[in-house]
Amino acid sequence: MKKYVIIGNGTAAVGCIEGIRSIDKTGEITVISEENHHVYSRPLISYYLENKTDLEHMKYRDDSFYKDNGCRVIYGKKAVKISRTSVTLDDKTAIKGDKILVATGSRPFVPPIAGLDTVEKKFGFMTLDDALTLEKVLSKDSRVLIVGAGLIGLKCAEGIRDRVGSITVCDLADRVLSSILDNDCAAIVQKHLEKNGIKFMLGDTVERLDGNKAFMKNGSEVNFDILVMAVGVRANSEPVKTAGGEVNRGIIVNSKMETSLPHIYAAGDCAEGFDASIGKNRVLAILPNAYIGGHTAGVNMAGGDSVFDNAIPMNSIGFLGLHIMSAGNYSGVCSEEKTDNTLKRFFTKDGKLCGFILIGATERAGIYTALIRDKTPLKTIDFDLTKKVASNFIFSKKIRGKKFGGVV
Amino acid sequence: MKRVYVNEEWCLGCHLCEYNCAFANSGLKDMAFALKDKKIFPRIHIEGDNKISFAVSCRHCTDPICVKSCIAGAISKVDGVVKIDRNKCVGCLTCVLVCPYGALAPAEDGIMQKCELCLHNSCGAPACVAGCPNKAIVYEERGEEK
Repeated sequence: MKKYVIIGNGTAAVGCIEGIRSIDKTGEITVISEENHHVYSRPLISYYLENKTDLEHMKYRDDSFYKDNGCRVIYGKKAVKISRTSVTLDDKTAIKGDKILVATGSRPFVPPIAGLDTVEKKFGFMTLDDALTLEKVLSKDSRVLIVGAGLIGLKCAEGIRDRVGSITVCDLADRVLSSILDNDCAAIVQKHLEKNGIKFMLGDTVERLDGNKAFMKNGSEVNFDILVMAVGVRANSEPVKTAGGEVNRGIIVNSKMETSLPHIYAAGDCAEGFDASIGKNRVLAILPNAYIGGHTAGVNMAGGDSVFDNAIPMNSIGFLGLHIMSAGNYSGVCSEEKTDNTLKRFFTKDGKLCGFILIGATERAGIYTALIRDKTPLKTIDFDLTKKVASNFIFSKKIRGKKFGGVV
Repeated sequence: MKRVYVNEEWCLGCHLCEYNCAFANSGLKDMAFALKDKKIFPRIHIEGDNKISFAVSCRHCTDPICVKSCIAGAISKVDGVVKIDRNKCVGCLTCVLVCPYGALAPAEDGIMQKCELCLHNSCGAPACVAGCPNKAIVYEERGEEK
């Protein structure tokens, strides 16, 4: 009987378990979970603080998931060392495995800011425990300073907005969500958040901290009660790196999710896999890719044959009623559809759609995403028609026949 | 398994499927009471122009990307049917972003809903198909690809 060890207990781990079980119903699966929680949906921690979900509904899979899938879960232990055939935990226990998945995720990057140690109430915003400890100190008169106007920082702001006195978000970048939005789109989102009471200090960063005061680079001072650090994340690639595996910004994997070390796979936010939108490897820390990468790894670990070679960056995220979607890259020629309250931007290159940003108009966006993924030549479809409203009408009758008249 | 398939040459673009869907999932007994003067949020919609039209609803894909992409673990495939747990959904619309058929849209409350083939409402089989006047959508077995 084959033995599998999965380091990590998040989305990639679940994908891996389901991938293994699609092939091997009996092999022994051991899951090593550093967090003392049943697998939960990480991106839901802001919704939890916003009272839009609760601990029960945040569970990514049912309570019986591990039992149903014949998994042994070791909680509260960290894997410190891996070899080709075993994983060593921080209590020195060694667990044998024929195939090992590293799904260790990422951790917050905390820049070395002078005086950070003088701040009493400081938090990251990555894990359920982060959210639960942050929740304990929130009060109606708290002044919150969030360092980082990316997805994590802004989701945190949305989550706590109704539970605190004020929120200021600063970022070294000159716009919000700089990883997924261009200047114009970012300005719309920023305006919307400002209308909802969130203050911004962009192109600026904390130079020094002293207790409840932040001294900003541009000379101003911000008084706060609670500090949230959401500058960025770093892949937890150490297990593979120390074992001599190839590591860049994340653990380097091929399209089968194999690392450079035999029998060892990696998936999720710790892995650096192929990004089809740019044609090279990149860490794509988004949940769908974690699941698909984990599932691909699981199938291959169990002796099946699966590849994940069409990953692209994509995000769907809402902030206080405004929905934003983005996908691909923005290197091509831009065209747009605009109304008073919405903006859609499309980027085309070499006769194909390479990226888009949608603000407030997200209907049937998956049709656009598929155009990127499938590398559909735009001359074969009526692309202009679909910019206003995404539609299957742009495809030929024959293709529609396959999509809606056949098993897909 | 049986799915809803489209015969687009027969579609009249009458939108009855949308109304039958909204009614079937309203939980109400009277169609006029359920739909009259209300904006409807059906799980099937008509696309096309004056000449060609066709209905779009969940394809219950063999390998559904919405299930793999849902950030809340709210979408699952049970006995071939792709289902959503609306109590887990937080309305992030990631499924809308990934569905290549554009088949998904949120309900009035912003939380996702989707076609579950009417297997769990009072119809027991797709109401859109039952009410289609021209057999432009059918509910049948067309064989599974390996």
